[in-house]
Amino acid sequence: MAKSHIELTINGKKVEALVEPRTLLIHFLREQQNLTGAHIGCDTGHCGACTVEMDDMSVKSCMTFAVQANGASITTIEGMANPDGTLSALQEGFRMMHGLQCGYCTPGMILRAHRLLKENPAPTEDEIRNGIAGNLCRCTGYVNIVKAIQYAAAKINGTPFQEAAE
Amino acid sequence: MNDQTKIDQDRAERTEKLQGMGCKRKRVEDVRFTQGKGSYVDDLKLPGMLFGDFVRSPHAHARIKSIDTSRAKALPGVVAVLTAADLKPLGLHYMPTLAGDVQAVLAEEKVLFQNQEVAFVIAEDRYIASDATELVDVEYEALPCIVDPFKSMDADAPILREDIQDKMEGAHGPRKHPNHIFEWTIGDKEATDAVFANADVTIKEMLVDHRTHPSPLETCQSVASFDKVKGELTLWGTFQAPHVIRTVVSLISGLPEHKIHVIAPDIGGGFGNKVGAYAGYVCSVVGSIVLGVPVKWVEDRMENLSTTSFARDYHMTTELAATKDGKIQAMRVHVLADHGAFDACADPSKWPAGFMNICTGSYDIPTAHLAVDGVYTNKASGGVAYRCSFRVTEAVFAIERAVELLADKLGMDAAELRIKNFIKPEQFPYKSALGWEYDSGDYHTAMKKAMDTIGYKELREEQAQKREAFKRGETREIMGIGISFFTEIVGAGPAKNCDILGIAMFDSAEIRIHPTGSVIARMGTKSQGQGHETTYAQIIATEIGIPADDIMIEEGNTDTAPYGLGTYGSRSTPVAGAATAVAARKIKAKAQMIAAHMLEVHEGDLEWDVDRFRVKGLPEKFKTMKEIAWAAYNAPPPNMEPGLEAVNYYEPPNMTYPFGAYFCVMDIDVDTGVAKTRRFYALDDCGTRINPMIIEGQVHGGLTEAFACAMGQEIRYDEHGNVMGASFMDFFLPTAVETPNWETDFTVTPSPHHPIGAKGVGESPHVGGVPCFSNAVNDAYAFLGAGHIQMPHDAWRLWTVGQKLGLHT
Repeated sequence: MAKSHIELTINGKKVEALVEPRTLLIHFLREQQNLTGAHIGCDTGHCGACTVEMDDMSVKSCMTFAVQANGASITTIEGMANPDGTLSALQEGFRMMHGLQCGYCTPGMILRAHRLLKENPAPTEDEIRNGIAGNLCRCTGYVNIVKAIQYAAAKINGTPFQEAAE
Repeated sequence: MNDQTKIDQDRAERTEKLQGMGCKRKRVEDVRFTQGKGSYVDDLKLPGMLFGDFVRSPHAHARIKSIDTSRAKALPGVVAVLTAADLKPLGLHYMPTLAGDVQAVLAEEKVLFQNQEVAFVIAEDRYIASDATELVDVEYEALPCIVDPFKSMDADAPILREDIQDKMEGAHGPRKHPNHIFEWTIGDKEATDAVFANADVTIKEMLVDHRTHPSPLETCQSVASFDKVKGELTLWGTFQAPHVIRTVVSLISGLPEHKIHVIAPDIGGGFGNKVGAYAGYVCSVVGSIVLGVPVKWVEDRMENLSTTSFARDYHMTTELAATKDGKIQAMRVHVLADHGAFDACADPSKWPAGFMNICTGSYDIPTAHLAVDGVYTNKASGGVAYRCSFRVTEAVFAIERAVELLADKLGMDAAELRIKNFIKPEQFPYKSALGWEYDSGDYHTAMKKAMDTIGYKELREEQAQKREAFKRGETREIMGIGISFFTEIVGAGPAKNCDILGIAMFDSAEIRIHPTGSVIARMGTKSQGQGHETTYAQIIATEIGIPADDIMIEEGNTDTAPYGLGTYGSRSTPVAGAATAVAARKIKAKAQMIAAHMLEVHEGDLEWDVDRFRVKGLPEKFKTMKEIAWAAYNAPPPNMEPGLEAVNYYEPPNMTYPFGAYFCVMDIDVDTGVAKTRRFYALDDCGTRINPMIIEGQVHGGLTEAFACAMGQEIRYDEHGNVMGASFMDFFLPTAVETPNWETDFTVTPSPHHPIGAKGVGESPHVGGVPCFSNAVNDAYAFLGAGHIQMPHDAWRLWTVGQKLGLHT
């Protein structure tokens, strides 16, 4: 199949590649760019495990062709740590609040939460729950994911985070 | 500060540094998972790797007239197309199931369920493989199908399994019909019937635990790589039981077991889905052996939901007999079990209905009888334990719905009826009428704590007022209070009654202390998100006094880990956790001898103190475990082997019996059928608590899966055997929006036979949660005379309940 030339930025790095027009962005990232952090969970856009950031939007990369990312700037979980390699506020929040178990939904969940906090730096619990409704988790029951995002929001905003009493 | 305070403080500091049992240690796994650095099967990329994809049957039951692969093979990039004709000469067109049946790898003469595997296309990439599946021409002759299990054994029912139609003796005794798999009975039928004949009060209800699917977010997948020169096979896969898979592959392929390297890397959730052996695994192996290059197989979601391992589908006629003051005298249950086209239940060999005989629950029921008939239908095979020990969710659903029905009939409060019939603390160990010996329990304390915390009395008062208001027409909302008091049976299991393919269900741990005092330990289990790398290290830390951060846990590599039976049925902590403690104690015993030599005292003069052996009465004379480790490699006592390591294969003396008290408060709009969970309170008693943070996480997750099962999740078939809704569009997985907030609590009743008293917790919330939700819904409608309402309780079905009751005017 004839291939298309694309140029894009992934995690701050310029990338050029040849892709088939039908190649999905998730397969391009995982198989051609070896960025295996984003996962495939449903193939139908429901689970959000493949969520990446594309030009300041959360995008389900299993519902996006790689050619659609031509010229775009993409951030994946591999680009989420702090520049010094330490865990970013969201990554730390997920760990501290036990917001993950099997880890399969986590990269997509963190990318989605990242966009959510950019657009709404101090969300209510309801806003968090609605904001991550496109990302499924089978392990955690979401309670601790909500806390993880609250933890990150507090850290980013420099406000105190108080874990609910047990 | 006096001396004793100083000593206590010093000890507390050293204990805290260990991050051992009982502390909320943050997870080791999360460092990689939060950075996208987990390594799951589909992340694997090997040079020359090909990709396999299945051609699947559109029919539920059809004869295969012909298969023409020529158009597919002609597609550039296609390397091979396997059919049953290719596998048959190798004896691989069928594979054994864990339940003593055989299962088609690729359909030979007939297909028996929709989406059954018919051919396996191997191509250079997943897109070409997918294209080529469309080019395999299969000619079918459709046959009448069986969807309703109650019609399976009709005289004129079509015979499904022609491969075994003359075999009237199955793996579990005689078969009554060609579509019958087994009949399994336990208990005293005569005595039970006699109690029912003379009882004051009886109830009888058909309770359906409907067909659903574990549906982990990562589907089933494998990569097989056969080295023709060495004759060695490496198989990476989503395996909850990697050692068992290695043995199965050896048995069916004929490859010697030491030349098979099975590796289960990070697994994206299992919940029972990844226990069995699937056609995809076998085809990737055959493909690699035939072609000599690695072959990857990855299920898509539709394939996952419609082919690999459904759960439940138990149709349970449940009866209780009681005195008029509410003492339960007997239980009688008949189950019609729909096993689909092949009996591929993942149960220990001798238990074709799993541990369904735990169905007398938390109650002292002196007499009981259980009969289970398994039948074939034109549906996918499986019958796995979806986040529960074998058939325990079904059993607990039966008893916990039944006691509510009995309470309704007696006009008694459902909590009061339960308390009246609880097994009393002094009755443990308790021998149940259906053969189990419950190791421990304190049900009354747990129930009282739960009722006090939730404010049970006040809730009932509120409900009574709401019901009156509803009758007066002041509200269209009804309120339900769901209760579930469950007892699980987990940690399979004693060798005398539990094996898989003849291998006793022990588990194992191997611990090595390095000279510098850091540790690597390996287990026969395999985490799929449970956090084993974190919690096993906590057990070792407490046992031998080395900080958990200096202990690496490794699972899933069958070359390095000791043989184990894997992770499912909440068996990791009860069995491998016990092995870990025992292996650690062996090390500690040797360390004590080394310390005695180093300190020039008798072993008996030493006592253990957190992370060191010290001389009794001389606390300043001690050797830390770290110092002892160095000495073990450097200057062990004369005549002692150097080194400091131990392995233990633990054969549990009994299973463990976690229990819990759950309460759910639900408000339902009778006009829309929308049910809102106002509160859900879960009190769990899993014995000794290793990591409270992880336990709470497990409870949250299990409750969410229980919520899904009870309130909407279902694998449904139409009358033609078409699977309805095998995608996340139709199959209900709750999002953060629908999922209720969870309140957790606990009591601690340690297991008397487990080295650290732990019982397992991962599945309790699912087992206890499903009946709790269903009871809440049923309780809400009970005053309107609805009778038993079957699950799942989605809004549409609850709307139809209101419709039938004439509530919609």
